[in-house]
Amino acid sequence: MELKDKIKAIIPQAVFSETGELVVTLLPDDFRRVAETLRHDKEEPMDYLRDIVGMDWGDALGALYYLESTVTYRRITLKTSTADREQPFLPSVCDLWKTAEIKEREVYDFFGIRFLNNPDMRRIYLREDWKGYPLRKDYDMDSNPLDLDNEVNSDTTEEYYLNSDGTIKGHENTVFDRDAFVVNIGPQHPSTHGVLRMRVSLQGETICKVDPILGYIHRGIEKLNEGLTYPQTLAFTDRLDYLSAHQNRHALCMCIEKAAGIEISERAQYIRTIMDELQRIDSHLLFYSCLVMDMGGLTPFFYGFREREMILDIFEGTTGGRLIQNYNMIGGVQADLHPDFQKKVKAFIKHLRSVIKDYHDIFTGNVIATTRLKGVGVLSREDVISLGATGGTGRASGWANDVRKHHPYALYDKVDFREITYTEGDSFARYMVRMDEIMESCKIIEQLIDNIPEGEYRVKTKAIIKLPEGVFSSSVETSRGEFCVVLESHGDKYPYRLHYRSTGLPLVHAMDTACRGTKIADLIAIGGTLDFVIPDIDR
Amino acid sequence: MEERSVGMEIKKQTAIRSMKYEEFKNNDYLEEMVRELNRNGAGVIVGAVDDLLNWGRSNSIWSLTFGTSCCAIEFMALGAARYDMARFGFEVTRNSPRQADMIMVLGTITYRMAPVLKRLYDQMAEPKYVIAVGGCTISGGPFLKSYHVVNGVDKIIPVDVYIPGCPPRPEAFYYGMMQLQRKMKVEKYLGGVNRKEKEPEEEK
Repeated sequence: MELKDKIKAIIPQAVFSETGELVVTLLPDDFRRVAETLRHDKEEPMDYLRDIVGMDWGDALGALYYLESTVTYRRITLKTSTADREQPFLPSVCDLWKTAEIKEREVYDFFGIRFLNNPDMRRIYLREDWKGYPLRKDYDMDSNPLDLDNEVNSDTTEEYYLNSDGTIKGHENTVFDRDAFVVNIGPQHPSTHGVLRMRVSLQGETICKVDPILGYIHRGIEKLNEGLTYPQTLAFTDRLDYLSAHQNRHALCMCIEKAAGIEISERAQYIRTIMDELQRIDSHLLFYSCLVMDMGGLTPFFYGFREREMILDIFEGTTGGRLIQNYNMIGGVQADLHPDFQKKVKAFIKHLRSVIKDYHDIFTGNVIATTRLKGVGVLSREDVISLGATGGTGRASGWANDVRKHHPYALYDKVDFREITYTEGDSFARYMVRMDEIMESCKIIEQLIDNIPEGEYRVKTKAIIKLPEGVFSSSVETSRGEFCVVLESHGDKYPYRLHYRSTGLPLVHAMDTACRGTKIADLIAIGGTLDFVIPDIDR
Repeated sequence: MEERSVGMEIKKQTAIRSMKYEEFKNNDYLEEMVRELNRNGAGVIVGAVDDLLNWGRSNSIWSLTFGTSCCAIEFMALGAARYDMARFGFEVTRNSPRQADMIMVLGTITYRMAPVLKRLYDQMAEPKYVIAVGGCTISGGPFLKSYHVVNGVDKIIPVDVYIPGCPPRPEAFYYGMMQLQRKMKVEKYLGGVNRKEKEPEEEK
């Protein structure tokens, strides 16, 4: 049964968008009913909430909900809004999808929309004393000057609920009790992979609760995008998750190309796919180096970086950049491949295959490593789906969620590769997924590298790119999960709203579930295997 | 350099072994620092002790790891075998500001991070140096117009060396770090940079 018909059967007055992608517009109360029905559907439960995208349409504030079923992999987008700008309220869906807990906080932080029945309505990226909601269109950019006073974090939060007589009431929830022993980790801590800050409450050595505090690298990219033309917006994607620079940019280019109806050449598709996979190897090598270093081993760090430098050399030859390459463009890629590219890539893969055994010899079988990783920080399959923890973390718990397999883009439907899944869901499985994926990426590159067709690497596009009205989205599998671009266009040369699905936000949110009951000493190892990059979370 | 060391003036080495003096840009500000030093007069013995101390500390700069985003990954590459910071004596990075000589600001500083950076800088012991790495720390870079990005760390803390790039290449890191070494070498240490901070006023 078509999803459209299913929704029509529940709510006959649902509105379906005519331009852009299919978006189902619903009233807040209807939305809640549709969400519940779709979530608890017997044959096709929509159990993966990909993203909640807050929106300000001027006359209304609201959100888009991107849903996907883990059984059939079909997708649907719901939209709901409220016209009240002073006291906007929407129903929460955090009892249906756990990931909504943190995503609704993000929407509240940026748009001021409060969610009824969400137990935690604190700000997440901005300071608690921040005035106004920056992603609203009427936000005054100068209203919050730089404040060098140290920030105080409150231990309480508010929850709002609807009374039976229709009035909205609030009550206070505690994040940490007065008696709780709270240890602060970060934001300047070498093992949190960036500027993540966590407040951890302990009972002896056992972790009771992890409360992540984000925003230490919140750069306001989504707001900046609204003032930039489409080609200009590309530059920021590389700086989100800099270890998935190619893939992030690939997603945005794909989204704009899809909306503008630009067909890119076969050669560009090959180049993009190969670059994406090289980037994945690069990221996983860095993951290996950092994880081992966090756990106290220094030698493997040099191993990982030795091979990583070879990839960076290949990148540099073609793109000119080492870490941030700025390579994908709307309509293809910026420059043609370096004449030595194929030779170097083949030599690199041959080399990597010969040395990967050393990686496993020095760390994988090590008794200290296995004791610290096996059976620690277990996430069940239900947990990862509900938390929306995609990528290697999800696959380590048995959730087959690889976008490359289930929603193929570029050339991924033409190449043969295995989707690595484990069932243990512990730190060791998360580590092994990534190590195995390195080999799968090598396999993909080997299938493509000799067959790159001749042709132009970039098709000519108009000097000024204008997209038709509507909501567009595209998603790719980056090094650490599903990265999704949501673009709302009002027909201008600027996006009306350009949102990125953070791959790391659900992973940081998963810290609480994974760490509860484990020892404080395992916190860093669990964080290391979840493999998040903070600038991508904070955006 | 030879003509500058006339009479009782102290001779200051602005050259370092790894690179020729002429190959550096902005030599003039170092010359100005040397002139400043000589104008105020410095004893020959104190000057000689200064030189020894400066030689030591400029070749073992311990940096505080303060990576917030992209540039930090390039800094990690510096620590690995290919670029090998240890050749210059930079390889010791400290996670506590109390033990660090220098803070390398690697990546965008946002409004939420700014008080933290200021506090870390205040916690460092004198003499302390700041290197601003990358476009974001120098001016806000691509995020200049953002509502949450500090437009240059020099608005919060004094900066000694700027390394432009997005992110800078490892070679650029070294150039910047060598500039800092040269600056350290011409400074007056005793009674100079080691006593920069004002004495706290005594409570009566």
